[in-house]
Parts: sequence; structure tokens; C-alpha cells
Amino acid sequence: MLGRTAASLFWMSRYMERAENMARLLEVGHRISLMPGAIEGHRDEWRSTLLSAACEHSYSQKYGTITAQQVVDFLIFDESNPSSIRSILRTARNNGRAVRTALTRDVWESINSTWNELVAVKPSELTSDRLPVFLDWVKQRSMSFRGAILGTMLRNENYYFSQLGNFIERADNTARILDVKYFILLPKPSDVGSDLDMHQWGQILRSVSAHRAYRWFYRNSGYKPWLVAEFLILREEMPRSLLFSTSWICTALAGLENLHGARYGVHGQAEEARERLRSGRMEDIFQSGLHEYLQNFIMANNQLSRDIGTTYNFP
Amino acid sequence: MAQVFNEMQDKSGAVRSPYLRVEEWLKTLKRKDAERARQEAENRFRRQGITFAVYGDSEAAERLIPFDIIPRVFAASEWRRLSAGIEQRVRALNAFIHDIYHRQEIIRAGRVPADVIIQNAAFVPEMMGVNPARGIYAHVIGIDIVRIGENEFYVLEDNCRTPSGVSYMLEDRETMMHLFPELFAHQRVAPVENYPALLRKTLESVAPAASEGEPTIVVLTPGIHNSAFFEHAFLADEMGAELCEGDDLFVMDGALYMRTTQAPKRVDVVYRRIDDAFLDPLTFRPDSAIGVPGLFDLYRAGKVTIVNAPGTGIADDKAIYTYMPDVIEFYTGEKPLLKNVPTWRCAETQALTYVLEHLAELVVKEVHGSGGYGMLVGPTSSKKEIETFRAKLKANPRNYIAQPTLALSAVPTYTASGVAPRHVDLRPFVLSGDRVRVTPGGLTRVALKKGSLVVNSSQGGGTKDTWVLED
Repeated sequence: MLGRTAASLFWMSRYMERAENMARLLEVGHRISLMPGAIEGHRDEWRSTLLSAACEHSYSQKYGTITAQQVVDFLIFDESNPSSIRSILRTARNNGRAVRTALTRDVWESINSTWNELVAVKPSELTSDRLPVFLDWVKQRSMSFRGAILGTMLRNENYYFSQLGNFIERADNTARILDVKYFILLPKPSDVGSDLDMHQWGQILRSVSAHRAYRWFYRNSGYKPWLVAEFLILREEMPRSLLFSTSWICTALAGLENLHGARYGVHGQAEEARERLRSGRMEDIFQSGLHEYLQNFIMANNQLSRDIGTTYNFP
Repeated sequence: MAQVFNEMQDKSGAVRSPYLRVEEWLKTLKRKDAERARQEAENRFRRQGITFAVYGDSEAAERLIPFDIIPRVFAASEWRRLSAGIEQRVRALNAFIHDIYHRQEIIRAGRVPADVIIQNAAFVPEMMGVNPARGIYAHVIGIDIVRIGENEFYVLEDNCRTPSGVSYMLEDRETMMHLFPELFAHQRVAPVENYPALLRKTLESVAPAASEGEPTIVVLTPGIHNSAFFEHAFLADEMGAELCEGDDLFVMDGALYMRTTQAPKRVDVVYRRIDDAFLDPLTFRPDSAIGVPGLFDLYRAGKVTIVNAPGTGIADDKAIYTYMPDVIEFYTGEKPLLKNVPTWRCAETQALTYVLEHLAELVVKEVHGSGGYGMLVGPTSSKKEIETFRAKLKANPRNYIAQPTLALSAVPTYTASGVAPRHVDLRPFVLSGDRVRVTPGGLTRVALKKGSLVVNSSQGGGTKDTWVLED
């Protein structure tokens, strides 16, 4: 397979995953802004949305103040913002177009019709009451895309490279969301063990579609910062956790190792990361600092992404 | 303009025999069903991303070429005659290119003036003395043909560089079989679906002699922003070949390789869909970022085959076109089976005088133009447009040729106001390698606007499925 093809598959899946996460972040922002008592804090909420999306800097360069309408427009339609849903879906589709020979018809048509439908949406029609429906649609499209991949693609290089992109992105997103939201919600380190405002903690979990799963998993525990962090970092049962994502990355890399009959540095790198997570304990993580822990994870994950590119000759 | 030849009905109103079935079907086709089929065809094309880019049109950066649901039909006997003429022409074109880049006998014989060749921008001096596999230069040729009467076909243009449109020919047939399978049950339509397999066979047959085992073929594309990108990807997929961009390929130790996720892989045949000028920055345009440095030297050394060969443009240039009847006779020793459209070379004073006096009746084209850009269709242009064009023509007469406005044949077409005749042309695709293969049918382009003679997709033309009936 061409290195270019591998790169395009990788980025196509990364961007489709990113679109879904962006939609979730916006969903949470929108939800909070509608809550009673949120009037005071809603600017903070949109700011936290921008921070989680790593768009705060570019937003503040374009707009002086934070307003819901501007943030929504910036994160959904703005073509000058490479992280807007529109830009993300365009990049995903361009990568898909470049390698459509490597895609099944179902995968291609899923990604292509997503773009065609998005182009038909007029920003002026997306009023506040229509926003949830639109964001739901974005999530659905991303899931349909992933479903097409899982259900129709041969388990060959094409599949493994797309999975690598998908889960490197997911790990990055979960780590970033946890990092940003946690610190906004938790000003004092002494609050770590306490029961906090249900609504606020619910939103971290909602950002990764895990609020129901959390209740099932921890039953009667309520929202505890400690457990929320554990759920999103160390629990392999949770499909957006760092451990789950890293395990999936290892599986995809093992698939390539098996196909090529060649093992490289990236294989060891990913497996070490997985072992660190498997043997990780929340006490230790909080002791040495959650923020540092997540920052280190994000850096290592980025490094792994770059190293995969170098190893497999991405252009 | 002369009487328009209607391919479905003769002058007396009787249905011509190839169209008997189609006419019966049209009689029973309800408007709502036709509309539904048209809509479904459009959705199908849109869903699959069968689009083309219109340069300079950023808003609608991707457009669909409208598909007309009514097929165009040739009888087996009509096609036999047509394809014999096409094959003759293709053989002559390849012999001509070979001669131009070797002894130039045709110039010595005084049949084509030397300056028309040597001073032509499409002449590639670097090709002098190069011997491509099997002596074939233009492996893929599209010949644009118009019909103006029962037995009157004219070649409008030869496309010997990187002709496009074959993916539309194939998708039009797929779409038609999907929408109206019953039409294919009652008569035998010659299949076109094996084109990609035949293209692959052709490409394999011209692999360098030195290549071992099954040759590795790649399709070289300028990338996703090219107007024909869909076709590049489509053909690569159908042939089971990698779709490469320039920087996926590199030259090492006297061979061409592609960068893969594992070790570099040797490449034998490059089916390139980028222009000569951009192929290799070391030989041609140094600013080309889409080519492969060193590719041309490898080619000259016979280590890799480039399809079509560089320099084939010398054979499809509009200035050369006017000499084609001589060219065919010179190399085949036969009279041309297909006619050229009578053409005035504006570079010649007498011709220019005539053209300037008759602008309102003629079609004037740029010698190097394509895609229907920069041309004047006299009879359908306003006085003002004609005068503007006159000034351009006078300023640079060498840049233009002129032809009579042909009454292109018309074929029933589904329009907003029901079924009505619209003008068409035809681009059959011809492969040359171990042998010459003419695809039965080709791409029919149709001018959807009433009375319009411009069929180019960039100017609002559509396409039709083209049938050759089998006996």
C-alpha cells in the first residue's frame, strides 16, 4: 500500500472521530447554557467549550467577546477555523476522496453523503432550537461511518490504518476534555473526594456520552470526581477511556505487524502505554497531579501518532 | 444551417430501425416515472461522488454532469463502418507520431510543412529518437465525431494526450441498466464494462522489455482538485492499480519506485493523467510540483513506460488536424474512411479573409483550446460577441481555425417540456497496445439547451448511454 493511502485512511478516520467529539462538546455547551442559574456562568461554559476544542485562542483573535451565537457559528460553520465541524468534515471527505479506491462503497457513500447533506444546511436556519437536532445528526453520521468501516472493510492494512486514526483521536479527545473540564469544575484540590453538583459533573460524562454508562457502572456512588476520572482513564469497559483507546491502537498495530511480518518501535511504544494504564492506580495519579498526568498522556499520544507516520512512510 | 438529421426518425417520420425498441418504450414511459428515474440517476451520481470541478467556479466547486435517461443507439452495421474508420485513423495517428519523432518522412515528402511541426508548442524535441515499447505513442485515444446525415460522419477532433470521459461512458451504462433493466432484456447491447480490463491488458502489453513477471501499473493523478479526479480514481480502482500522486513515486538506481507502507515497490507502467509539461521537473517545467524528478530519463532509457507518451499532442493539435486526410493516406496507403470537417487555417491570408467575411456562419476555435472555451459559434452569437471575437482573431490569426457550423444530428432527450430532439456528438475510446481495440459506443455528449450545438460539460452539456446493437 502507498504511504499516502495509509496516511489518508488514518486522517479520514481521525477527522470523522473529531467531528463527533466536537458535536458532543457543543451539545454540552448548549445544554448548560439552557439551565436555570446558568446565566451567570454561561460565558464560562462556552469558554470551557472553546478550551476543550482547543479553539479558544483562534476564537479570541476573531471575536472580542464570547457570545453563544458566535461560538456556535465559529465551531460549526466557520471555514477559516480548521476545527469547525464544516472544516473537519471537509478534510475527512477530501482524505476519503483521495483514497476512495481503498474504501468500500458503503464507507465512501457514508462520508460523501454526510458532506452533501452538510453543504445543504444554511447557517441562518440553524437557530438555537434546531441546534440539538443538527448535532445529533453529526454524531449519527460519524457513527454510520464507523459502522460502515466495521461492517464492510476487510481486515487488512486499510482497516488497521483507519482504526489507528480513529483511536489516536479518541484518546486525545477524552484526555483533553477531562483535563480542561476537570480544572474548571474543581478549583480546590481538597474537593477531590467530595460530592459535587450533579449537573456539572454530568457534563464531563456527557461530553463523552458516558453519563448513563457511569450510573450503571458505579451504581450508587453519585458523581465523584475520583470515579469520573477513573472511568475515563483506567476502565477498559468504557469505550472512550484512555485505556480502551490505547488497547485498540495496540490491536491495530498488532494487525499490521502480523500482515507485514515486521515489528517496529511504535509497537513497543503503544504496548508500554497500555501497560502503564493497566497497572495505573488513581491514588498515584492524583498524588502526582492529574493535570500533569493527562498532559503527559497527550504528548505521548501525539508522539505515537507522528511515529506511526514516520514508520509507515506517510508523505 | 442544413436540415438536422434526427437519429430516431427519418424525414418521412418513420422510426429508424435501431430505435424501434426505444421508441416503443418512450411511448409507454410516463412522465412521473421518467422524472423519478432522472432524479434517481442524479442521486446515484451525487452519492458516488461522480462529479467534476469547474475551474474558476469556487462556489459550486463540484458539479454533476447531467445524465439523460434516453439512450443513443447505433445499429451493428453502422458501427462496423464507423469503427473501421476509427481504427484506420488511430493507426495513422500512431504512425505519424512515430515518424515525427524519427525520420520525419512526411515532412520530407512535402505533405506537412516543417514549421507546422517544429514550431508547434505541442512538439516535444526531447522525444526525438525515443523508441517506446511496440512503437506505440498514443495508447488511449478519444476521437470526437459528429454525424450530420444517415451516412455522414465527420471527425471533429482527435484527443491523443489524456482524453477523459471514459468513466462517464461506464457509469452511464451502469446507471441505465440499474434504472431500466427491461430495456436490455429485449435486445443485445454490446457491453462496455470490460474497458478497464482491456486498458489493463493494453498497459501490460507495453511494459518495458526489462520488467520481470507481471508488470506493476500505476495511475498518476495531479490530485483531488483536478477536474477529472473521479475518473483517475475510478480507473485505478477498476484496474486494481495504485492511484499515485507525483511524490508517491521516486527514481532510484535506474528504476521507478513507489513509496509504500513497507519497502519501496518497483513500477513498470505509468498511466499518467497529468500534462507533459508537469511530468518531470528535471526535463520539462522546473516549477512542476506534481511530477516525478528523473522520470523522463528513465523513460528514454526504456526502464519505464509512460502512457500516453510525452509529445503525442503533436498529433491532435488543431493545426495538424487540417492535414489529417493526407496523414492517413500517407501512412496507410488508403483513402480516409472518416471525413475531416473542412477547415480554414486563419494563418493563411486567403482563408483569413474568407473567415472574417463569414464569421456569422462559422465556428471559430483556438488552435490549442479545449473544453469549448474561447470559441465562437457564429450563428448563435450576438453581433457584439462576433465583433469582439473579430478583434481577437485579427490580432492573432495564427491562433485560430474556422469550420462551417455543422448541423449536428439530434437524438430524443428528456427535457423539462417532455421528450425533444437535442444535438449530440460522440467520443469513442480506442486502446492501442498488442492490438487496437475500439470500445463499442463511447461517450455521447448532448447539448441540453434547445438549439445549442455546444456539448461540452463545462458549458452545460450532458451525457447519454450509447448503445451498439449486436446482430
